[in-house]
Amino acid sequence: MSSKQDEHWTKTKSLTTTTLVIWAIISFVIHWFGEGLNSDAFPGAYFMAGMGSQVAFAVLVFWFASRQNQIDEEFGFGEK
Amino acid sequence: MIKLDGGFIQNLGRVYGLYTLGFLGFVILMAIFEAAGVSNTVIGWLFVAFTVGIYAMIGVLSRTMESKQYYVAGREVPAVYNGMATAADWMSGASFIAMAGGIYLKGYPYMAFLVGWTGGYVLVASLIAPYLRKFGCYTVPDFIGTRYGGNLARFCAVVILVVASFTYVTAQINGTGTVAARALQIPFELGVWIGLAGILFCSMLGGMRAVTWTQVAQYIVLIIAYLIPVFWMSNKLGYGLIPHFAQFGAVERVQELEALLGVGSMMPTAEAQAEAGKLAALKVGINDASDSLMAKWKFFTLVLCMMAGTASLPHVLMRYFTTSSVKAARQSVGYSLLFICLLYLTAPALATFTKLSLLDPNVATSIIGKSVAEVSNLEWIQQWSNVGFLKVVDGNGDGIVQINEFFMRGDIVVLATPEMAGLPYVISGLVAAGGLAAAMSTADGLLLAIANALSHDLYYKIIDPKADTKTRLVVARIMLVVIGAAGAFVASMKLTGILGAVAWAFCFANSGLFFPLVLGVWWKRANRAGAIAGMIGGFAAGAWYLYMVQFGGMTPWAGIDGLRFGMIGMPVSLVLMVVVSLMTEEPDAETQKMVEEIRVPSGKTVVQQ
Repeated sequence: MSSKQDEHWTKTKSLTTTTLVIWAIISFVIHWFGEGLNSDAFPGAYFMAGMGSQVAFAVLVFWFASRQNQIDEEFGFGEK
Repeated sequence: MIKLDGGFIQNLGRVYGLYTLGFLGFVILMAIFEAAGVSNTVIGWLFVAFTVGIYAMIGVLSRTMESKQYYVAGREVPAVYNGMATAADWMSGASFIAMAGGIYLKGYPYMAFLVGWTGGYVLVASLIAPYLRKFGCYTVPDFIGTRYGGNLARFCAVVILVVASFTYVTAQINGTGTVAARALQIPFELGVWIGLAGILFCSMLGGMRAVTWTQVAQYIVLIIAYLIPVFWMSNKLGYGLIPHFAQFGAVERVQELEALLGVGSMMPTAEAQAEAGKLAALKVGINDASDSLMAKWKFFTLVLCMMAGTASLPHVLMRYFTTSSVKAARQSVGYSLLFICLLYLTAPALATFTKLSLLDPNVATSIIGKSVAEVSNLEWIQQWSNVGFLKVVDGNGDGIVQINEFFMRGDIVVLATPEMAGLPYVISGLVAAGGLAAAMSTADGLLLAIANALSHDLYYKIIDPKADTKTRLVVARIMLVVIGAAGAFVASMKLTGILGAVAWAFCFANSGLFFPLVLGVWWKRANRAGAIAGMIGGFAAGAWYLYMVQFGGMTPWAGIDGLRFGMIGMPVSLVLMVVVSLMTEEPDAETQKMVEEIRVPSGKTVVQQ
């Protein structure tokens, strides 16, 4: 494997790891401590599951796709 | 006819724009018909006939005898349209019909489904889909079979795919039957077979190509059908123009009413519940107790199982084989999620506004606190009681309907909302068309996934590698009809509710396929023996556990019930795959080079077919 390919893969792995860490926080950590979002006036856990997490996932996927694309182009591995 | 410059692909915006306007025009026409006194049954028939007719027409127009068109729609589907098709493929009868009802009856704990079914796409985008697209396979077992080599690995993947997808497809055919029976006033069994005929028309002649373009059309119908009633209710109840923002105020009001009406404290009496059978009364508030360790654990495990299932269900993954590039596949995951969120963000609002329509004494349509005689005389109550979807049982005999005396099936939150909120019948017809589109589009994708695996992997790659394209495509179509008929037969026996079977499909898929797929891309050392052990071990462990919990009378371990058996199958699969891979020889140089190749987006696909 060429060193260019190596470096591309290292960067890809690090981006994927970052993405998965953010994913795990939105999916699991926040909801594990969901009751911390609740107050008498506002059911925070309910709205986090019903809105917050979903929107965050969508933003995360688009961000990941554009970052990965930048990495591919940086190494000349982008597609025409 | 409209004249198109360039091909179909260059004119997608115009074609589907016109289609959307045409559909809205049809809805308006139906509203005029209703005002002119045309009967509800006729309007129901027209809705079903018009929409299913269009899908069938697209299916016929997209017929093809080329294998690349049949299996991966020619790899020319733009990211946005593939996103729409995936959203329709993905959102099944469970999402459309059952989800809002689940939120209505169970509140926060149920919303693990929403988190799981959206967050799974992060895994699809980052771990699997782009790499499988670069690989260039026609089916998911095609990847397993080529990456790990050998017929046994391919065969295991085919078996898991068939079990998971078949479980899922019976639930969808069941869904089409339920909706068709209701909209057309025909027996359920007949509805099932009519639904199947529509599904086969869409997929048989054109395979993936036809399914792609019908799914886009179905997405447009289902999202319009889901959104219009919610927007209408939000405005009618006076909470605001946009339901997604208006629901903040509405939820506050629901929580006031919960305290007032005794939600969570007034439980149905044992006799009343016995009389209501499987129907449920509202027993929990929308955001009730989620702070016990068990509640947290159950939320966590359900989210995890649904996410890993999303990332291993073949009918979803194969949608990303149809994009024109790896980059487009990644973006397309984002668009899929966006289109899915459009519905999933609306489901909680729908549940909330339905609750207000039924519970709020200030709203004319409310039933709680009214006399039993008055409520029993309402037309929609009678209609839905007749088909066993709801029941009023006066538990304390005081002649007034209390919160613990109104029993229902969750499904009616979507299906009956237009009637209970006092909207015109044309909206009910629209919702039926939407429910049908949701169930049909998912059934299309699933049937195609099964038939393609059987024709491409089992028949062509294992049984008769010399078969020519024509024979392969004929076999693929025979498989579609056979599997479809088998699915309809099982569905007509009404074995499971819509959601039970859906959650099982996710767990079958993640128990058997998640790690072989992910590690196939991310771990070069993973080899054939490991993958086979992981597939068989994980799948068998999960299936055994499901059987024991569901039918064998075993007490679930640590709250892991039949919806979550992936929590047993997945770890078994992972451990076996890693241990067996390390104990056996590493893959040959050629395989390792293949893995390196799929990690680079540019260049030709790894397999050429």
